[in-house]
Amino acid sequence: MSECYFTEQHELIRKLAKDFAERELTKELLDEVEETGVFPEEVLQKMAKAGFFGIKIPKELGGQGADARSYVLVMSEIAKVSGVASIYVSSPNSLSGGPLLLAGNDEQKRKYLTPVVRGEKKLSFALTEPGAGSDAAGMTTTAVKDGDYYILNGRKCFITMAPLSDYAVVFAKTDMTKGTRGVSAFIIDMKQEGVSCGKHEDKMGLIGCATSDIVMENVRVHKSNLLGEEGKGFNLAMATLDTGRLGVASQAIGVAEGCLEEACKYAKERKQFGKNIGAFQAIGFTIADMATKLEAAKQLTYRAAYMMDTKQDSGMAASMAKLYSTEVCNEIAAKAVQIHGGYGYIKDYKVERMYRDCRVFTIYEGTSQVQQIVISSKLLKK
Amino acid sequence: MKICVCAKQVPDTNEVRIDPVKGTLIREGVPSILNPDDANALEAALQIKDKYQDTTISVISMGPPQATYMLRECLAMGADEAVLLSDRAFGGADTCATSTTIAAGIKMLGDVDIIFGGRQAIDGDTAQVGPQVAMRLGIPVVTYVQEIVDYTGDKIKVQRQLEDGYELIEVKLPCFLTCVKELNEPRYMSVGSIVDAYKKDIKVYNHEDVNLDPKDCGLNASPTQVFRSFTPPVKGKGEMLQGSNKDMAKELVIKLKEKHLI
Repeated sequence: MSECYFTEQHELIRKLAKDFAERELTKELLDEVEETGVFPEEVLQKMAKAGFFGIKIPKELGGQGADARSYVLVMSEIAKVSGVASIYVSSPNSLSGGPLLLAGNDEQKRKYLTPVVRGEKKLSFALTEPGAGSDAAGMTTTAVKDGDYYILNGRKCFITMAPLSDYAVVFAKTDMTKGTRGVSAFIIDMKQEGVSCGKHEDKMGLIGCATSDIVMENVRVHKSNLLGEEGKGFNLAMATLDTGRLGVASQAIGVAEGCLEEACKYAKERKQFGKNIGAFQAIGFTIADMATKLEAAKQLTYRAAYMMDTKQDSGMAASMAKLYSTEVCNEIAAKAVQIHGGYGYIKDYKVERMYRDCRVFTIYEGTSQVQQIVISSKLLKK
Repeated sequence: MKICVCAKQVPDTNEVRIDPVKGTLIREGVPSILNPDDANALEAALQIKDKYQDTTISVISMGPPQATYMLRECLAMGADEAVLLSDRAFGGADTCATSTTIAAGIKMLGDVDIIFGGRQAIDGDTAQVGPQVAMRLGIPVVTYVQEIVDYTGDKIKVQRQLEDGYELIEVKLPCFLTCVKELNEPRYMSVGSIVDAYKKDIKVYNHEDVNLDPKDCGLNASPTQVFRSFTPPVKGKGEMLQGSNKDMAKELVIKLKEKHLI
């Protein structure tokens, strides 16, 4: 029972997100996003007004003052209808807003975080490099001190929203000799001299949120834009990713729920051999397994959010939620396509998009294998 | 300026099924929602508040204790306070007894300039409570408001929806306006306003709080009683006549005569 993790207030927040997704994220709109690769700013503004960009962020910073469970509910209700729309929710709440919330000083939070949660500006999170994915400490972007400035050079890749962003949180090495302890975090202005994005990646799914490189050539960043202490950037990135996992787990349960609903609907409508295909055990049992796995994924995710809200150590719980939810989401989406038969391979059917959208869930913000490392290392540490 | 909005928590009729044997509504497991027309009524009040910031909006409802959930939604949309009239003595009320109770509740709010209500609730579809409350309060009522044309302080000019057009009506305040869905698009709550809504108190009044005798409320004061609910029999498929107008008219007359209708 999910009820044990949620209050009536959470249910009303779920209702808001569900109503919003049903009313605003229509099939016509989502088809257009797929076709053009552009998510309409008008809808993003409505999302900002509904408070979706600052769910966990305190009110004094322009946020909504809610909690991790509210974040999970909004994310999953939005992702159920549109994976790409949920990226826009996750970014300010999690990856890009996270470092500012965790390490930003008052001025940095006011200057960069507040406009982002209000939907006035966009911010991206730049950690990954061509040679540094799961091994984030292997980054080669450098930040060399020059008086009151740092000079940044390097290339970040696969940066979600980079071409749309006004600012980016960038991780770079201030000391090449110290490994993870030589990494620092900076806020850069994307319009600054020396910053460019390169070409947009042509992705398999989550179309409608541009992803690209961020290339930095002698970018001068004032020391007031150093985020947290010098040398503490790696810890900051890891702490941000810790909470980020909960967001991906929520996306996964949302997409999986959407797939399950579509599969059930289709199984009741589609007739073969004189009856609805849902009447065949092969389909019925498949749907039963999909629903059971989804429920387990939900419980893991809700529990991780609950632990976060009650200030318990939630790192391993969030990793488990991310690992399991994203893996079963892919399985559920694949089965939903299978149940649709040939129609599932056609773009007119929602499951085709969902199947492509969720493929990245087991990869970004820490692959399934990285989650396994996190979980096993905690268990085997003693 | 003080505005009161009458709201009702109703079962989501899109999800309601009829028990084929008993002929009654199956309400178990059906989500309860803010009556859609009442959401338009609240939005109308909120739009006035957007323009005139010294406006306060009180939402009033009669219902069981769980109707506070719907009132929290109203608070999260932007209402300032919410009052729930809840008492066993109010149970089993028809529109006549409901309007007595709601009118008594509104009197407790003090002087109200405008009262908005939905045209009708989707569970009963009577459209009677609004006009009856207005009558009990002795104020004018305009039903089926589809547009607020002008508001000048002591008067309000509105369009009243008709089947084939509208009436333009100017009415003196205080007055009661019942709203149709064409009036506006209700706004969304926001996550933060929901958080705030749960920090507010909802006043719950019983019959004593609104100075009503139990014999004047609920089932005791309801002249109409439901004997039986049933689904109307399904009508047969209509028959389309074809041919020239003259042929069809001839055919029609024959058919009507066959059925002894003419």
